[in-house]
Amino acid sequence: MMSAAANNNRFHPLKFGLWLGIASIIMLFAALTSAYIVRKAQGNWVEFRMPPIFWLNTVVILASSLTMHWAVISFRKMKENTFRIALSVTLVLGIIFMLCQYLGWLDLGNRGIYIDGNPSGSFVYVISGVHAVHILGGLIIMAVILIRSFIKAFNPNKITGVEMMATYWHFVDVLWIYLLIFFQINLS
Amino acid sequence: MIDPAISPATHKVFTGDSTHHQDSMGEIHEPHNGHHEHHKENFITKYVFSQDHKMIAKQFLITGMFWALVGGLLSVVFRVQLGFPNQAFPILETIFGKWAPGGIISPDFYYMLVTMHGTLLVFFVLTAGLSGTFANLLLPLQIGARDMASPFLNMLSYWFFFMASVVMMASFFLPDGASDVGWTAYPPLSGVKESSPGASAGMDYWLVGMALFIFSSLLGGLNYITTVLNLRTKGMSMAKMPLTVWALLITAVLGLLSFPVLLGAAILLIFDRNIGTSFYLDNIYINGHALPNDGGNAILYQHLFWFLGHPEVYIIILPAFGLVSEVLATNARKPIFGYRAMILSMLAIAVLAFVVWAHHMFVTGLNPFVASVFVFLTLLVAVPSAIKVFNWIATIWQGNIRFTPAMLYAIGFVSMFISGGLTGIFLGNSSIDIVLHDTYFVIAHFHIVMGVSAFFGMFAGVYHWFPKMYGRLMNNTLGYIHFWITMVGAYMIFWPMHYMGLAGVPRRYYSFDAFQSFNMFGGLNQFITLAAMLVFFAQLLFLVNFFFSIFYGRKLKTQNPWESNTIEWTTPINAGHGNWPGELPTVHRWPYDYSKNGEEYIPQTTPLREGETGGH
Ligand code: HEM
Ligand SMILES: [Cu+2]
Repeated sequence: MMSAAANNNRFHPLKFGLWLGIASIIMLFAALTSAYIVRKAQGNWVEFRMPPIFWLNTVVILASSLTMHWAVISFRKMKENTFRIALSVTLVLGIIFMLCQYLGWLDLGNRGIYIDGNPSGSFVYVISGVHAVHILGGLIIMAVILIRSFIKAFNPNKITGVEMMATYWHFVDVLWIYLLIFFQINLS
Repeated sequence: MIDPAISPATHKVFTGDSTHHQDSMGEIHEPHNGHHEHHKENFITKYVFSQDHKMIAKQFLITGMFWALVGGLLSVVFRVQLGFPNQAFPILETIFGKWAPGGIISPDFYYMLVTMHGTLLVFFVLTAGLSGTFANLLLPLQIGARDMASPFLNMLSYWFFFMASVVMMASFFLPDGASDVGWTAYPPLSGVKESSPGASAGMDYWLVGMALFIFSSLLGGLNYITTVLNLRTKGMSMAKMPLTVWALLITAVLGLLSFPVLLGAAILLIFDRNIGTSFYLDNIYINGHALPNDGGNAILYQHLFWFLGHPEVYIIILPAFGLVSEVLATNARKPIFGYRAMILSMLAIAVLAFVVWAHHMFVTGLNPFVASVFVFLTLLVAVPSAIKVFNWIATIWQGNIRFTPAMLYAIGFVSMFISGGLTGIFLGNSSIDIVLHDTYFVIAHFHIVMGVSAFFGMFAGVYHWFPKMYGRLMNNTLGYIHFWITMVGAYMIFWPMHYMGLAGVPRRYYSFDAFQSFNMFGGLNQFITLAAMLVFFAQLLFLVNFFFSIFYGRKLKTQNPWESNTIEWTTPINAGHGNWPGELPTVHRWPYDYSKNGEEYIPQTTPLREGETGGH
């Protein structure tokens, strides 16, 4: 039946479902960032700069998208070991992203911008935090697939799951870049 | 369903293979009709953690009915206070204890009742109960699929709903009671735990319950959309889909795009309540001391809430549109009038639903120019709504009508939708709304156009598709009694509220003692309360009929009791998991060939006759 999906030109249903899920995540962030803009327009708004480490973060997550792509290609070519390595590297990069995120929050705190202060700071914490939750979800999926690849025999039929994991990961990457641009424009 | 030994990787997925692989599928599914030796189903996998869309539909329906009963009962209790203010009914103290000291409902309890009544009916009954039931039951059956795209996610969707239900139920038993800040949960009331008893733990439970609920509807929605777009059987082009399928599809898209925004609003609210942020809170004094929160904006919440809230009302009514269209055409023995116009008007309504939210906020200090834009967009909604009403009436016009209980409810729906839609046009004008906002006029408007109408659509659906769900028929006589009491009773409850609202009686007041001018409505309030009780008890007839018929109803003898064209009636009377024992049916025509060329009805699976075109 998997082959049926390949035979026929319609989208794979689960992949299609993933895109719908992505659409709803986009709406969530559209809501949060538009709330930011609406609130900012009303004044009583403390100005501060974006934590510079967010740039490093961006490099890390872009790199992780590349290694994720590498993982998918290795899977398609049935190079099991390369797949494991590439996915492990991606996972580590994802964890580094989370750490940098945390350092960014510490940086804000050191500058006196606390989560329970002026909403201008709270928004940055909450928006980047909700994004981090989505990263965390991706990390958990990666960890599961990685562990499975070590304990179970290689099964080329699992490509759909791997591709969906990659799609999701590239999505949270792009989402981060949107947020980076958003912060960069608004925090200066 | 598919033997895991045959194809483990596909166990979770029904791919859209119907067009190409129906033969092999047919073979795999052969054993499903009768015995299930193939497929070891036990009680748990069949009735509890079922992945069969038909069983999940029943789970949604029965859970929804439970909540309708609870939510309805809550309204009867608060109506007692409105109809008989400050009159002691010792039985209330017996039942509710400290919440009704001396037999009089306390103000805190009153607000808890109205809040939970609104929350439960809007979200748990008319969203999950309605979409959950009919999207699950009808989508696969009417498009010719064996199940949802992901039966597993579908099952999760129900269980998230169930968990949300458990959390909401638990909140009633908290020492400070359930949430009492209104179903819209506006801050600052909802944002400050000390603001009222139910704003503390009750509100936390409410937020957790709603978050689970949102998750459930997102899982359900993405499954419904995927299923309709990918799993249609051979010949079932989009232009041949029954209007039920169109309606449920558009509903799911609305939900998918609007519920995340409510989640966003709720996340910010949770931070305000628990972490000390000031997204919505500013300059608040409570019990004589000032809260530290500074710089928040409560109106921001209203924007986010109504950006979901308005689409939400269409999430509630669109499934009813679909069910009613289907029931009207089938029982009038006439093709639906204006099939394409029906679809286009639903699409128009769905698009407009995202750009009218501020009509709930005309009195929040909205810039009058902005308000005028929202007035314009809001009034535009009347156009597609009127098209639909016209088409329903044209559909039954000169039809050969079969007055089944389902048909009566469908006709009742049209009546209710007209009455409630007309008052929407009053409210859509900001200048009139400034007077009518937060009065009983609004209560009358949305109960008639949404509450009662959606219930009527749901009743039409249950009476009509009960045979498909249980292989038995419901009792007609009880159905007729149920209909007439509900129809007349609903107008008795909500019609007078228009006059009260026009006279300025505000909503959400515990009592009107302090207002001489509203005393004149004392008698009317009593009348409404008595009517509400009557209607509530009439619903017990429905419950009895429903549960009795599951076990003892007249057994269905034919596959297609209503002589309907849609393909769910080509499945066996008690279809197993997989729906069709052999091949999936092939569709040749649209679903509304009733009374065509002298033939009473022509099912969608009938090949085109010579000289016939498939269309409409
Ligand atoms: C012609 C179509 C309609 C128009 C122009 C319209 C307009 C309005 C307006 C302006 C309000 C705000 C009143 C106020 O709070 O002051 C309102 C409230 C409401 N409407 Fe409608 N409406 C229409 C149809 C519907 C439909 C079809 C539904 C549901 C299926 C619906 C459900 C509601 C609800 C639930 C509220 C009040 C919520 C609350 O404040 O608690 N309306 N409507
Ligand atoms: Cu609205």
